[in-house]
Amino acid sequence: MKKQFRLATLLVALGALMLTLSGCGKSLSQQDVLQNDRKANTITWGVKADTKLFGLMDVRDNQIKGFDVDMAKHITRHILGKKGKAKFIQVTSQSRIPLLKNGNIDAIIATMTITPQREKVVGFSNSYFDAGQSLLVPNGSKIKNVSDLNKSGTTVLGVVGANSVQNIKKFAPKARVLELQDYAQALTSLKAGQGVALTTDNGILYGMAVQNPGFKVVGGTFTREPYGVAVNKGQKPFTNEVNKAIKEMEADGEYNQLIKKWFGNVPGFNYKELER
Amino acid sequence: MITILSDHWQELLTGLGWTLLSSILALIFSLIIGSLFAIMEVTESKVARTIARIYIEIFRNIPLLVITSFFYLVIPMYVVKVNGFTAGTIGLTIYTSAFIAETVRSGIQSVDPGQMEGARANGLTFWQAMSNVILPQAFRLVIPPLGNQFVNLVKNSSVLAFVAGFDLMYQANNIASITFDTINSYMVVGVLYLIITMPISYYMRYLEKRLA
Repeated sequence: MKKQFRLATLLVALGALMLTLSGCGKSLSQQDVLQNDRKANTITWGVKADTKLFGLMDVRDNQIKGFDVDMAKHITRHILGKKGKAKFIQVTSQSRIPLLKNGNIDAIIATMTITPQREKVVGFSNSYFDAGQSLLVPNGSKIKNVSDLNKSGTTVLGVVGANSVQNIKKFAPKARVLELQDYAQALTSLKAGQGVALTTDNGILYGMAVQNPGFKVVGGTFTREPYGVAVNKGQKPFTNEVNKAIKEMEADGEYNQLIKKWFGNVPGFNYKELER
Repeated sequence: MITILSDHWQELLTGLGWTLLSSILALIFSLIIGSLFAIMEVTESKVARTIARIYIEIFRNIPLLVITSFFYLVIPMYVVKVNGFTAGTIGLTIYTSAFIAETVRSGIQSVDPGQMEGARANGLTFWQAMSNVILPQAFRLVIPPLGNQFVNLVKNSSVLAFVAGFDLMYQANNIASITFDTINSYMVVGVLYLIITMPISYYMRYLEKRLA
């Protein structure tokens, strides 16, 4: 009896500790990111490092390279001037919002679709890229489009925290969705036959198809996924500067140059559609 | 925390179920396999001893994540289709069995050699002596370190999240990414793990008091 009482006390104490801890979760920085960045002459961006064409770690020189990374560099230059520095932190679909909210990064530019749910927790810039969700399958696969997946017993692969997983549940409710940790692992799982198709935005999938000749993108796009730069809520001045920078880049042709640089040589992909 | 619990109790319950199932399966099989290898390590046959040593040294010294990824990603390509849950549970069983083998071996070796000699002198075979005389004493000695292994096993089952095994950790990742409430999602799951591991700790302590 006495021992049970002691156990109960311990559990109650633990519960109380948990509740107190969860109370101090609101560590959103109240400072003005734009002012801080101007002072430090640096903007810290969260970018993907496992996504070919958008943000991929180049193991030869340890630099992350891709369309998102170049966009971030250009936006930094437009905001801070020629000498402004862009610092890059590696994020995944799952870690990017927590890292932004903690203040580890100033902004996310990591293939992030602007969605109403996300707009409740972060602020978005205007769209800087128009993607759409599609499917990657092995050559010779019977799957032609998303409706072929809507059968019980089919397994579709996606990535934790990605919008595409929520979408596939809408478009093919009978399919089972496995959510893996990042795109590299999702692709290896597809190769290992853990699922019949990998779903995410077409740009990312074309990047995978370029690197892996045994796979192809099928079915066209079945959603519209405008990518935006995400910043913390309440950082209006910073968001405005980002929007201004994107507009300037579109106006003077910088944007189209970047599109051509990254998507010009992708087979089966008409990069002209993306130009603005 | 309460909103996470009330909004996502179904996912959490599924996660708890898969975590429990994986842990129980891995516990049973790793105890059997571990004890077998422990006995092999103390037999007189050199072949058996070498096999046991190789098995233990390999799987004790490779990270659990590597073993699991191997079963999830490599085996399906060449041998047979393995889903995430199975791959995770197999990985967990193999990994834990190597530790249990070492624990049980130390137990067997700390039983006085005279016990074995006495049993054999009275006409028991090696296996009879092992199962009737040595192992009952050995297990009593290793209850505390075995308890550690069991608690570790439950916690290590979070490796299932990495291979989409639907366990608690997998659900936590998904809930955190849907609600964007990272702190509370992981806090809830931490408490759920405690609910599994605390009784194990207390039960092992009780056994220790009663038997030792």
